[in-house]
Amino acid sequence: MKKFSVKTIVAIGIGAALFFVLGRFVAIPSPIPNTNISSQYGLLAFMAAVFGPLAGFLIGLIGHALIDFSWGGSFGGIWWSWVIASAVCGLIMGLASKKLDLSGGRFNGKDIVRFNVTQIIANIICWGGIAPALDVLIYHEPTEKLVAQGLMAGIGNIVTTAIIGTLLCLAYAKSRPQKGSLEEEKDA
Amino acid sequence: MKNIFNYIERESPIHELTGATKLICLVLFSVGGMITFDTRYVACLAIIALLLFRISKIRLNEVSILLKFTLFFMVFNNLVLFVFSPQYGVEIYGTKHVLFGSGRFTVTAEQLFYHLNQMLKCLAMVPIVLLFVCTTNPSEFASSLNKVGVPYSVSYSVALALRYIPDIQLEYHDISRAQQARGIEMSKKENLIKRLKAAAEILIPLILSSMDRIETVSNAMELRGFGKNKKRTWYTANRFRAADIAAIVFCILLVAGAVAHNTLNGGRFWNPFTAG
Repeated sequence: MKKFSVKTIVAIGIGAALFFVLGRFVAIPSPIPNTNISSQYGLLAFMAAVFGPLAGFLIGLIGHALIDFSWGGSFGGIWWSWVIASAVCGLIMGLASKKLDLSGGRFNGKDIVRFNVTQIIANIICWGGIAPALDVLIYHEPTEKLVAQGLMAGIGNIVTTAIIGTLLCLAYAKSRPQKGSLEEEKDA
Repeated sequence: MKNIFNYIERESPIHELTGATKLICLVLFSVGGMITFDTRYVACLAIIALLLFRISKIRLNEVSILLKFTLFFMVFNNLVLFVFSPQYGVEIYGTKHVLFGSGRFTVTAEQLFYHLNQMLKCLAMVPIVLLFVCTTNPSEFASSLNKVGVPYSVSYSVALALRYIPDIQLEYHDISRAQQARGIEMSKKENLIKRLKAAAEILIPLILSSMDRIETVSNAMELRGFGKNKKRTWYTANRFRAADIAAIVFCILLVAGAVAHNTLNGGRFWNPFTAG
């Protein structure tokens, strides 16, 4: 395995802490009664876009597992299937990072499309595929129920990430010094 | 809000086990509970889990809020399961003993037995996770991860996450109050898109300041030579003792038991309907 840079290690730690706080304490009511919007996936997409797929994977894994632990497993233990789905979601979202240059201050129209296409693909694969498939394997619940659960989560996450994730990227890119923003002054 | 992971300090044989042991046992116990649906086995697991809870000297009223969530989850999940496929039990066990009702929602003995299995599983898994979080000091958690073979850079990320959760939580509250004072609205009074944008108004300052924090912390770690050596020691690490090894062996036997049940039953379910 490639050795992580210190910055990536810290980014994973603080990213996971952010993911945890957003997932555990930030309640934005959704249109469906008694369900909240998971704003942490917007953050996950953003962190993955800046720090790459491996960081995304670990932020999703650690952040989500810590959330489940903090509930003391009271919702039927640790839902490893969903923890893994969060992790893979971060991994796939991070694949966009190679073509993006957020730290360099660039996030133009093309990048917005790239970022969102990747996040939509990631969410579909994870919540429509991985989460229900693992649930069938581990918990042996009816497929229809699990797919319905996954679809609800997936659609919610796509909308959240599209708005919160994109706004985060825009704000971060703007806060960075632009590449080539300095010009050498020629003496006359 | 100090104790988000519900750690309860106490003197008990379970508290004395090292974090690494408890982590291994938690994983093994979960694997045991995951791979088989044999009712007798899962019932045994549930009893063992409850006994361990007694040994840990954690009182039920200390975790009663969490247990209420469990009760709610169990009822809700089983209702949803029944509404989605009321004949799933028939599908699994291959027989149909109608108890009452008719049409789509005919109640069968198989379906009720399936629900019993799901609830027993919940009863086996919840106490053991609860036991883990109540008896493991969060600061020891990261060093345990390293001990069970997770690279120390990743373990250190977990340690950092645990260290910064309270800070970030505080910062979130500050920013959220400040933005609310300026008039942003996140409640149901606004439509969904506006709500999400309002959330971003809070998250943007929070995350930009966290990006600065990443910079500061990683510079500090780099200056102290983090990641230079192949190994690192942990302030909170404990040595393995006889009780640790005994606990791990016991949990390995549990998993072996689950595998044995699956092979004997010829599948993951124990079928009392065709056996008799």
